[in-house]
Amino acid sequence: MISFDDVDKSWGPNHVLKKLNFHVKPAEKVSIIGPSGSGKTTILRILMTLENPDEGIVTVDGDELWNVERGRRIRRETTQMKLTRRKIGMVFQQFNLFPHLSAIQNVMEAPIQVLGMSKNEAHERAKGLLDTVGLGEHLDHKPPKLSGGQQQRVAIARAMAMRPKVMLFDEVTSALDPELVGDVLDVIRDLATSTDMTMLLVTHEMRFAEEISDRVVMFDGGVAVEQGPPQKIFQDPDNERTRRFLKAVLEH
Amino acid sequence: MVWDRGAVSDSFPLLLAGLVVTLEITVLGSLLAYVLGLVFALIRRLRVPVLNQAVYLFVEFIRSTPLLVQVFVFFWVLQPAVGLPISAFASGVIVIGVHYACYTSEVYRAGIEAIPQGQWEAATALNLPRTRVWSGVILPQSVPRVVPALGNYTISMFKETPLLLAIGVQDLLNRAKEYGAETFSVTEAYTMAGAFFLVISYVASLLVRRLESRVGQL
Ligand SMILES: Nc1ncnc2c1ncn2[C@@H]1O[C@H](COP(=O)(O)OP(=O)(O)OP(=O)(O)O)[C@@H](O)[C@H]1O
Ligand SMILES: [Mg+2]
Repeated sequence: MISFDDVDKSWGPNHVLKKLNFHVKPAEKVSIIGPSGSGKTTILRILMTLENPDEGIVTVDGDELWNVERGRRIRRETTQMKLTRRKIGMVFQQFNLFPHLSAIQNVMEAPIQVLGMSKNEAHERAKGLLDTVGLGEHLDHKPPKLSGGQQQRVAIARAMAMRPKVMLFDEVTSALDPELVGDVLDVIRDLATSTDMTMLLVTHEMRFAEEISDRVVMFDGGVAVEQGPPQKIFQDPDNERTRRFLKAVLEH
Repeated sequence: MVWDRGAVSDSFPLLLAGLVVTLEITVLGSLLAYVLGLVFALIRRLRVPVLNQAVYLFVEFIRSTPLLVQVFVFFWVLQPAVGLPISAFASGVIVIGVHYACYTSEVYRAGIEAIPQGQWEAATALNLPRTRVWSGVILPQSVPRVVPALGNYTISMFKETPLLLAIGVQDLLNRAKEYGAETFSVTEAYTMAGAFFLVISYVASLLVRRLESRVGQL
């Protein structure tokens, strides 16, 4: 469903992705772990076209998203890219809800503007999604009136409203107070078990990753240093760096 | 110097007529400055080829020359050269509106830049079309925040309209001058004109301050 082939990315001397090869199967749930600065967010941002690779090919569901030759001028918004991008949804660490719109308007916005849905239809869909994420009582509240956990659940509903084939989650609980994390993880767990969406999660919630992932990928120094089933990675990693990283994280 | 109460009531209708003209210029000039300033800001921000550079040079030019010079150039040089008869009143509105647009464009620019990057990214992630990102996400958030700053420019504009008497606009100050010249009640006429300006500017700036505190809570 997702493929990165020889993808390179640097900022100045900071070589973040080194000839990355990374593939995700349809419906697969993959967790990405690794130390800060290892390029986890960069991978998701390249998929969402918020960042461009310097080199390499990225495809989603068989359609090319990026095909960059080093030194060639990069076109940020091709028609092909826009079409391919529709298959992807993303949930951000900082939610990034539209603060001037109510919860339900946030969720209705893209179906109306992008899919050309009627207001009624979009409203139905948005209401259904907000019910699912436990915000059925807060449809008309604006984001500043909602808790972080509620905002993040609206953000998940907003991304789901476009029925993406691929969902990207970038540390979606890191900005939340600890007592609010559970509700958000519950929503993601439901999605993971009840849909055949391909999911890519960057997370520091190791237990959660272990529970819902089909595969865990450990990134460090611009490459995937180790990957495998969660039990294997978390209980008995082969790689020394994985071992040290997990030890450091789990001690917290 | 004696204060003539009769002159106060006597001049009142004339001054009021002048005040109406002053307010008309301020309102129309502000509307022009609000709309054109936004257009300038968008042209610059979207880097529209050619227009971008043109707006840049134009804004620099307007900001580094006095308003009165611009009024004279428009009324005595440009307007006759083009051969379109534009009244002193309309000329005043256009020149003042365009002049202030060069300042309000800066206000809009700052308002747009204050929108967090995450808003643009969320819009991209949802695939919203460019025009919708502007009309549905960016401007609805930035425009309310800049309303107080726009209000302050309107107040400045209101206080600068008297210089239009140089091209014969029948504004408040011009009427006061006219009344003073006819009746020699110069003191009363100018004092009242000043009082009109004072009261209106003061009330307006109180309103802007209230708006500012409301916007602060956005
Ligand atoms: N826009 C940018 N300009 C310059 N450097 C950047 C930019 N974005 C990311 N980087 C750098 O690229 C590296 C990888 O960043 P990235 O955000 O992908 O890391 P991460 O694995 O998500 O880390 P974290 O766990 O802290 O979120 C970091 O060193 C970061 O400083
Ligand atoms: Mg990150």
